[in-house]
Amino acid sequence: MRYLDKDLLTIHSALKNGEVTSKELIEESLTEIKKYNGDVNAFNLLIEDAKEVSVTDSILSGIPYAMKDNISTKGIRTTACSNTLKDYVPVYNATAYENLCNHGAVMIGKTNLDELAMGGTGTTGNTGTVHNPWNLKHMTGGSSAGSAAAVALGVVPYAIGTDTGDSIRKPAAYTGVVGYKPSYGLISRYGLFAFASSLDHIGTITRNVKDAAIVVDAMKGADAKDMTSIRDMDTVSLYKAIDGNVKGKKLFYIKEICDKANYEGEDTQYVLDQFKQTIDEVRTLGIEVCEESFDIDLLKAIKPIYDCVSCAEATSNDSNLTGIIFGPRGEGESVMQMMKDHRTKGFSPLIKRRFVIGSFVLQKENQERYFLNAKRVRRLICNRMNELFSKYDGLILPCSGSCAPLLDDASDKITRNNHYISILENHLAIGNFGGYPSITIPNGFIREMPMGINITGAFKDDANILNVASAIEEKLGYKNQVVKEVK
Amino acid sequence: MNYRLVIGLEMHCEMKSNSKVFSPASNVYNKIANANVNAIDLGLPGILPNVNKECVRKALMASLILNCQTPEYLMFDRKNYYYPDLPKGYQITQATMPIGINGHIDIECNGQMIPVSIQDIHLEEDSASLDHLSKTSLIDYNRAGVPLLECVTDPCMHSADEAVAFLDTMCRIYQYTDISEADTKKGQIRCDVNVSLQDENGNFLTPKVEVKNVNSLGNVRDTILYEEKRQWELYSEGRADELIQETRRFDEETGTTIHMRSKVDAIDYKYFVEPNIPPIKIDSNYVESIKKDIPMLATERKNMYIENYKLDEKDANIIVKDKKNADYFEECISIGIDAKVACNWLNGLIIAYINKENISLDDFYLRPNLLKQIIDHQNDNTISSKQAKEVFYKALEERKEPKNFISKENSQITDEKAIEEIIDRILADHPSQITEYQNGRTNMFDFFVGQVMKETRGKASPIITKELLHKKIDK
Repeated sequence: MRYLDKDLLTIHSALKNGEVTSKELIEESLTEIKKYNGDVNAFNLLIEDAKEVSVTDSILSGIPYAMKDNISTKGIRTTACSNTLKDYVPVYNATAYENLCNHGAVMIGKTNLDELAMGGTGTTGNTGTVHNPWNLKHMTGGSSAGSAAAVALGVVPYAIGTDTGDSIRKPAAYTGVVGYKPSYGLISRYGLFAFASSLDHIGTITRNVKDAAIVVDAMKGADAKDMTSIRDMDTVSLYKAIDGNVKGKKLFYIKEICDKANYEGEDTQYVLDQFKQTIDEVRTLGIEVCEESFDIDLLKAIKPIYDCVSCAEATSNDSNLTGIIFGPRGEGESVMQMMKDHRTKGFSPLIKRRFVIGSFVLQKENQERYFLNAKRVRRLICNRMNELFSKYDGLILPCSGSCAPLLDDASDKITRNNHYISILENHLAIGNFGGYPSITIPNGFIREMPMGINITGAFKDDANILNVASAIEEKLGYKNQVVKEVK
Repeated sequence: MNYRLVIGLEMHCEMKSNSKVFSPASNVYNKIANANVNAIDLGLPGILPNVNKECVRKALMASLILNCQTPEYLMFDRKNYYYPDLPKGYQITQATMPIGINGHIDIECNGQMIPVSIQDIHLEEDSASLDHLSKTSLIDYNRAGVPLLECVTDPCMHSADEAVAFLDTMCRIYQYTDISEADTKKGQIRCDVNVSLQDENGNFLTPKVEVKNVNSLGNVRDTILYEEKRQWELYSEGRADELIQETRRFDEETGTTIHMRSKVDAIDYKYFVEPNIPPIKIDSNYVESIKKDIPMLATERKNMYIENYKLDEKDANIIVKDKKNADYFEECISIGIDAKVACNWLNGLIIAYINKENISLDDFYLRPNLLKQIIDHQNDNTISSKQAKEVFYKALEERKEPKNFISKENSQITDEKAIEEIIDRILADHPSQITEYQNGRTNMFDFFVGQVMKETRGKASPIITKELLHKKIDK
């Protein structure tokens, strides 16, 4: 009998009833991970001596989970899959991790990511490519690649991820699971290895919406160590807010993104047809779904804004990676040369490219034109979104124009000169621009690979969004799905 | 041709606070390297800054004292550059919205009041300190994250005296408000000094030279004097083309400045708003409450001493030069010591003593209440001023309360009859000296006083002795 491919409440009651012990769950998890990890490469570290935890009323107690390898865990190696942090062992705990520990959650291993969480493919970490368990020839998307793969495999009921542009929600869609990025500041970022501070979020990947609520309930909370953490939502229970009562809720989709006439590819036509069907099913729940128009120039700006802001913040945030205080010491005659050597050898070319972009847009002569304008247009997009959120409970959109791309299809099709495709592939970053709660749930398959839809709501309206997503999930019928056969 | 020196200052001052400006690590001077350090100071992956409220309050107070405009929001920026003493690879500082802008303060320089305009004052973090050895360098992160206040003036000063007077005034403001100890010996004050020359019409003759990291008031003076000489010499010799806009450093050994980098090599610090600190609204009530908390500063105290306690200006100046002295003085008065008496003790024996011992007044054993024991006995004539001095040193030497050294045995003889007996004896033995005195050699009076003191081993009350002697020998 396997447990870890079930939902959290089922596992919790099995523990409560004495059907299974925390120790047995840990063994199950380790055994199952080892069975698949050679093919999938979801984990770079297993905690073989993970201690069982006595079961309490906390739903997470005694249950193993997977942690993305960019969250500080005291005494346990944390590398962000970068050679600059090879063998780095943190001396302090991230607040989110500590909160999970306090709920009795059992960390079973660390999952692979794109180097320093910068990337959307799951192929750029120093530990190699993460393969999509639904079909190993496909990528998982990223950067929370290993976390998504682990949950899809059913080797853990949930995994922790981080999301700066869509790093939880995209891989979740590509692996047929649920990816939830709560409001900015709901979960403290203290201990999250910063990529772009104004866009970074911690969140979770699960196989159903209720589990996502349970996990985030455990991680969230005001934190004096994070000045951007939300102070007034400690008493909110996301889990309890899910009551299935969604009649009269109002969602909208963006006309410019969902209009089939804007796209050529067969896959995208299919995705949009499926999306339409999903909308029809959503309407049967008594949820009103409307079409809204959004300034196309603003939509076109999403990707450039994301690139400007995230690269600029990243180049500054990662300036601490010098090999002086931690990380492998570089070689050279002077300290400056040692720092240069460490960074030259440590970062992949993709990371360096982002740093070059980031430095460029921050330079005195460029800052106004690129970085500051990006921030201004980011604000304009959020203003429009906030206006729409005053009329609607949330935004519903397809997560991408196709399924997870093939790994050997290195020529990034999505960068073709079609603005609409670029918008369709990058709109999830809106959730990061405004710190909005945003959740992805599976809505079917395309060429036997999973795909997903996303629901995004007003800042701090997490409970409402999860309630709506949960009802839709029940309707669509992909709840709790796991990969049946890894091929 | 005449020229005018133009000086602008950037004064960095380490602030006094319990913890560092963005981390909970202790901000107390520690001789042991890397003892006051936590994850945040080291810039370990995942750390976030947390603004120290105490530092914000003090920075706002400084801003108000300098008559600056305070901003609507508290905001911080990152200044990005790579250096081994900068763990995060950026310094958190204030560029977009400093805690104070467009201020001004009048300073006293050589007896004249001079206005200094303040461009801005801002709160930031210090870097680690480096110790360069012959083959290696050591990094001490104790200083990383220590709160700094940087005050930037306009280029509005025109002599080394003015620059030093400004810095001296600022140090005293910081000390009087407890914002900082402003102790140059501990490296708490560091200045960037901008120097250039103008003609009489205000046209610049030489480009601006910035001398970085000058670490004492004396060195600021030397820097300015050297730069003035260097720039004027080159200019007047027709070698103005050798003068460039550049950054130099002061070399203490030679007393000269040395080229570091020119403007074309200037670093682009790529400032941008620190995203981890949300803008915090500065409440006007909060600002008002800080305004009310501004304590009396040196000039006000000086004026009060002159008006209320009738001290002369020279004495008052000595007392307010150091806040510790002023506090000591005021404590004396609060426990009932006469102002002039307190002033004489403080500006006399006490300052001489702490200078000689090279200690701070804080470490001076005789607090005002102990000093009062001596003064009280002097007042009721149980001890003479000579004895008071002896008791003072004795108490300091043995670190025991003065009253232990004031006993009946060595107390003053105030019994008139006893003194009269002694005087009569002495007068009987010295008839010729009496005649001399009465014939006009008035200084013979001191001879008789001396004889009485000799007889009583200094214990006879000098007042009574003198009174009785006058009665007996003045005809």
